[in-house]
Amino acid sequence: MYGGGYIFEEPNRVQQREEQLHDDPEKLAAFEMRIAKGEKIEPGDWMPAEYRRQLIRLIEQHAHSEIIGALPEGTWITRAPGFKRKLALIAKVQDEIGHGQLLYNAAETLGKSREAMINDLLSGKSKYSNVFNYPAETWADVTVIGFLIDAAAIVNQVANAKGSYGPYCRALDRICYEESFHLKQGHDAFIELATGTPGQKAMLQDALNRWWQPIMHFFGPPDKVSGHSEKLMQWKVKMASNDDMRNQFLEAYVPKIRELGLTLPDPLLNKNEETGRWEYSDPDWDLFFEVIKGNGPCNKERLDVRKWAEEHGRWIRKALMKEEAFGKKAMPVA
Amino acid sequence: MLLNQLIKELITKMGDDELILGHRNSEWTGLGPVMEEDIAFSSMAQDKIGHSWALYRILHEELGGEDPDQFAFMRSEKDFKCCHLTEMPIGSYDFSLMRHFLFDHAETVRYNSMLQSSFLPLQQLARKVRGELKYHTLHADAWIMQLCRAGEESYLKMQTALDNCFQLACGIFEAGPDDKQLAAENVYPGEEALYEQWIEAIYPVLVKASLNMPERKQPVYGGRYGKHTAYLQPLLNEMGEVFRLNPEATW
Repeated sequence: MYGGGYIFEEPNRVQQREEQLHDDPEKLAAFEMRIAKGEKIEPGDWMPAEYRRQLIRLIEQHAHSEIIGALPEGTWITRAPGFKRKLALIAKVQDEIGHGQLLYNAAETLGKSREAMINDLLSGKSKYSNVFNYPAETWADVTVIGFLIDAAAIVNQVANAKGSYGPYCRALDRICYEESFHLKQGHDAFIELATGTPGQKAMLQDALNRWWQPIMHFFGPPDKVSGHSEKLMQWKVKMASNDDMRNQFLEAYVPKIRELGLTLPDPLLNKNEETGRWEYSDPDWDLFFEVIKGNGPCNKERLDVRKWAEEHGRWIRKALMKEEAFGKKAMPVA
Repeated sequence: MLLNQLIKELITKMGDDELILGHRNSEWTGLGPVMEEDIAFSSMAQDKIGHSWALYRILHEELGGEDPDQFAFMRSEKDFKCCHLTEMPIGSYDFSLMRHFLFDHAETVRYNSMLQSSFLPLQQLARKVRGELKYHTLHADAWIMQLCRAGEESYLKMQTALDNCFQLACGIFEAGPDDKQLAAENVYPGEEALYEQWIEAIYPVLVKASLNMPERKQPVYGGRYGKHTAYLQPLLNEMGEVFRLNPEATW
């Protein structure tokens, strides 16, 4: 999965604007020329401070989304019904953790260590995709996540893979390849319920109703209120607008959902044949910002799990560091 | 007893060990001390659960047993034949790592002993899983060495984990009443022989890691006869929670 479409903005951007002013205008022009020509920027290349900052934020949030995103589905590994689903789900969640690892590595090339990123995640300074702050209540939720959240993430990631920063693009190419396989598994499990017993179908409809708003939130606020995109698009950090990605997702997946005889909980959801764009009720954006602030149903639970892992793993990470210092000498036994 | 019945019992306990430990290892997904270990435990969980599926398929296809999903997700606790080591909660990483080390070496000697088994499906499976197990024991050995050599805190944790796991691990080799017949028929050499080979496999690693191997004093038996710890029933409830909503449905 799992990169959310929306890059959360930090409150204070004054300082960065000043940094941006100090970029050498000639270097900046050359840099922007390279990007316009479609060249990739590599770690050792000159880049504006703001470009670096925005990319760290983007890739870091994406990495966090992978490891936090592993949690709602991860809790269902032990309950997955049958060998086939159990094995597929472990493999999938394992891949997501692997994506987190790849992305932390990509972000590290910009000068922020994995440890610093994890610390910022745990302190709440650094965000992750809002969608993972909702609970997976039933097995049907797992299939909705596996099909539709993965599909939404792919829309975003395929776009970002065409961006300007080399290490991020290469990580995304690999991630998208694995994601397309996850999407098949998710789709398969989703169809199984949609075409199953009345109980299975009801369970799926119920999960779909609960997840629709978080899915609509996934790509971020509408373009008309989401500013600060122009420079990021010019620098090919952000590759498509929130509304365009949302539209692309609706175009591809609403018909697939409806043809299975399922409904979506939005009476206004409809394609306007004249404009070619989907129309829908505005999801509750106040709620969206509340969840970003940490007040969603599962924010605390998700971070608590990560904190548990960090705390319980500390002695092991310490032992790994020490081992290098010891130069592989055996610990003498008294 | 008929040979096929004995083979069924042997495969059941092997499959149950792998399913339950695979299930436990999968609980590390998302919780590992470093991301790389998270991935490693998930990966080994998949292998173990995959082995149990393969074993249950042999029961189903060769020996008239139930459908593998029904067998795994619907059976009652007393019909499970896993050893107590596999049932214990994941605890902390040192416990899970030591369990992984002790169990995977046991699993390796068991499958190695079946490379020549007179029961062909087991022989074929042994050939297939051997390659996977090589990486599991390599992983376990490397981590045991690493943590034992990294200072007093982690060394002591590993020694304590070994002390806590060892009698449980000896319970893997709880002999069945008909081991002699299975050995005579060349299905496998029997639990006592495997125990000896297991000690030979783990002892050099423990010595290199400066760990003191406990004596086999009170092996924790009972699992092979359907007597289990209090941890198994809740695990089975959780595992079957969705499947049992409608065991006839496909999921």
